[in-house]
Amino acid sequence: MRISNSAKIFLGTATGGVLAIIYLPLFIVLINSFNKSMNMYWPPPGFTFDWWAKAFGSGGLLAALGTSVLIAICSSSIALVLGTLLALALSRYKFFGKQAVGLMVILPIALPGIVTGLALNNAFRTVLGLQLSMATAIIAHATFCVVTVYNNVLARLSRTNRNLEDASADLGAGLFTTFRLVTLPQIGSALIAGGLLAFALSFDEIIVTTFTAGSGVETLPIWILNNMFRPGKAPVVDVVAVTTVLISIVPLYFAQRLAKEDSK
Amino acid sequence: MKNELSAAGVTAIAVTPARRVSSFFYKYPKNRLRALIALPALWLGLVYVAALLMLLVTAFWTVDEFTGNTRVALNFDNVISLFTDPLYTTVTLRTIGIALGVTIADITLALPIAFFMSKVAGPKLKTIIAISILLPLWASYLVKAYAWRSVLSDKGILQWLLAPLGLNTPGYSLWGAAITLGYIWLPYVILPIYGGLEKVPGNLLEASSDLGAKTFTTLRRVIFPMILPSIIAGSIFAFSLTLGDYITISIVGGPNQMLGNLIYSNVGTANNLPMAAALALVPIAIMFAYLASVKRTGALDNL
Repeated sequence: MRISNSAKIFLGTATGGVLAIIYLPLFIVLINSFNKSMNMYWPPPGFTFDWWAKAFGSGGLLAALGTSVLIAICSSSIALVLGTLLALALSRYKFFGKQAVGLMVILPIALPGIVTGLALNNAFRTVLGLQLSMATAIIAHATFCVVTVYNNVLARLSRTNRNLEDASADLGAGLFTTFRLVTLPQIGSALIAGGLLAFALSFDEIIVTTFTAGSGVETLPIWILNNMFRPGKAPVVDVVAVTTVLISIVPLYFAQRLAKEDSK
Repeated sequence: MKNELSAAGVTAIAVTPARRVSSFFYKYPKNRLRALIALPALWLGLVYVAALLMLLVTAFWTVDEFTGNTRVALNFDNVISLFTDPLYTTVTLRTIGIALGVTIADITLALPIAFFMSKVAGPKLKTIIAISILLPLWASYLVKAYAWRSVLSDKGILQWLLAPLGLNTPGYSLWGAAITLGYIWLPYVILPIYGGLEKVPGNLLEASSDLGAKTFTTLRRVIFPMILPSIIAGSIFAFSLTLGDYITISIVGGPNQMLGNLIYSNVGTANNLPMAAALALVPIAIMFAYLASVKRTGALDNL
């Protein structure tokens, strides 16, 4: 198949155009965080650093950031354990119901977030009679984060050499020693990549959080949503938006690099 | 035996509890699987699948008119009203319409980009584009919706750009919501399709043209069937995520509602969990039907 030059130019232009559209709104948010106008007027009448100073002087905001980080750390830790165990089980054994287990892992992200959120809300409140709290939010986040760890570890395990584990056993190492000295170093960077992805997924989540966190639990996305419609708050929300993008993109950049090194 | 080994220079291994556990699992490999899978399967089964099943059941329960509590009493009213109440039918059809539109638009935009990345761009450019598409994918969903709130606003950049052409921004409307949703899910559609195209070997395309096929024929009869599972995988994201959305529509959709808003208000202000559960059956049923119908294509392995 030959791709004509005009087709190449068309495809290239389309790609460039879409990339521009992908980045334009994000740049607007960045610029608006310095926009003197409080109402997102374009072009900006002038620039100021006030909003940045204001945002980081706000106690509620910093508390929300802390809550988000705490929930993300707890839920990605749980997801790391569950996802790794599942990946080990599904990569090494054939068993009845294997497909069902595989489906169970992807279901929390394949179904809309509102379904996951509502199902857990209903289970916690109506069925178990629990009060919603930070713990219920962590349980919910961990549930949909399992899949990122699972996918990363499974992909890595499919490329590792199982003979090494058998050799380790032949040389007298027990299961735990083999896991620590042979398996873990091989899947280590996949764990880090999966954990970082899980962290970012949890950090940005809003729909499931709205349904499963107690009323006093304010994560950063919930803070953004609560303040978005308040008059005069738009510029501070811009600052927070830029900050969240930076916080979630930096770990992801490293996760990607780890994943890439792995595939080489 | 032990003495002989020591004499041969082999150190005997101390029988610690860890060693006992280890030996047990070597002896009974099936238990090893059970030990690995027990915790995650219990978690996903008890926390998630059980919760989903309970949700199905709750849809048929009753809200006590006096106490406002949910009561266990069989009641089909909620599910029936899904099909009879004009509010529910209108919003459901609107939501499905937007989800379909967003999905089709995203696939249409994603195909040329994925194709350019995979078959035209050199290795370096390819990496740059892949990273440029991936990074915003992980930028907060909320931030992206909020970004469009600025873009679409009456005094925003879109109005500023369109005004000289005699056009107006769609503003906060269903169109605004559809554009924003399409924007948010686009990277989720591009990446699987790009992954699918990367798996199409170049020599297959050469073979096709050697056998006399024109470019379009090769696209249609060689490439398309091979990347169909990836297209479907991408569509699952765009479709499912739009189907359940209620945040984007409240940010850029003006007063309009989608299915998610109805579910949300039944949980919050109306405190009618059974009705919320009944409404949630709609996206669940649609997604399960869709997942089941595409399972054979192998699309689910591309998620």
